[in-house]
Amino acid sequence: MFLHACRGIIFVMNDRWKQIRKAWITSLPVMAGYVVLGTGFGILLKNAGYGVWCSLAMALFIYAGSLQYAGISLITGGASLLNAAVTSVIVNARHLFYSISMLGKYRNAEYKPYLIFALTDETYSLLSSDAAADETDFFCFMVSLFNHSYWVAGCVLGSLAGSFLPFSTEGIEFSMTALFAASFTEQWLSDRDHTAALCGLISTLLCLLVFGSENFLIPAMLVITAVLTFLGKKEGSI
Amino acid sequence: MNRAAAITVIMSVCTILLRSGPFLLFSKDREIPRYLLFLGEKLPRAIIGMLVIYCLRSVSFAAKPWGIPETVSLAAVVLLQIFRRNSLLSILGGTVICMFLVQAVF
Repeated sequence: MFLHACRGIIFVMNDRWKQIRKAWITSLPVMAGYVVLGTGFGILLKNAGYGVWCSLAMALFIYAGSLQYAGISLITGGASLLNAAVTSVIVNARHLFYSISMLGKYRNAEYKPYLIFALTDETYSLLSSDAAADETDFFCFMVSLFNHSYWVAGCVLGSLAGSFLPFSTEGIEFSMTALFAASFTEQWLSDRDHTAALCGLISTLLCLLVFGSENFLIPAMLVITAVLTFLGKKEGSI
Repeated sequence: MNRAAAITVIMSVCTILLRSGPFLLFSKDREIPRYLLFLGEKLPRAIIGMLVIYCLRSVSFAAKPWGIPETVSLAAVVLLQIFRRNSLLSILGGTVICMFLVQAVF
């Protein structure tokens, strides 16, 4: 009986361990990008006069790259709280999309609050892919946790080590672009219907040309939703 | 410092609300409308393309280095993915090429 129980526990531990390993390997492409972008953030925040605790708190509780970068100028520029709230909503509006598309997967998931809190661009792109469709909640939790820890490590490192880095990392921020480009290509190869992928690419490109690099994201989201809705209505799926 | 803390809290709360909004609206027992399920299925395909463009938004094709490092590296990522189907390799390869081009060539 005792032996049996031991075997059971070992089996469960083994399975967990395998999933942690797999989650870590899945999260690896995000590591370089998060550590570097986080370090960049830590350095800028430090130069703006705010130290490691501020950087740590923002990395832990905001955990949104582009908003944290925007936040530096809000803090140093003496922005009002209303201004901070409006900026947050505009910069992070795209996260609404991620949640909508994860509704089915996360709604009854274990670790749900953390899974939702940690749904960044990169975590979303890893966990919304077909490859992750059959993975367990624990796997999703570990991928989210690994990514979060890379981000926190980067932000703290940047604040502490500052400008003493021994080598140039110029160009390494391309790893984020590469991550999205690789998952775009992978989806393209495994899909037969490329309508949605093309819709995302073309609508965003057009909005970038029309609205400029500062204001194109929200129009792009509206256009994508409108086009997908129109196509869905046409083929009768909604 | 208090100002920084207050702004941090505001940014955190707004981000959490955006990420959890749809889940708060559709808690366990409430049925998700067919339209949202449809969007949920189609959006991932569209958003990844949007994110690629979003990452490249500040690349300038009009001035040196005319977007060449990004274009070449992007092509490398796509080709590696097509011929090797290994995301880690594609990302690593593309990033190394981009770093090399940015630092050593241009």
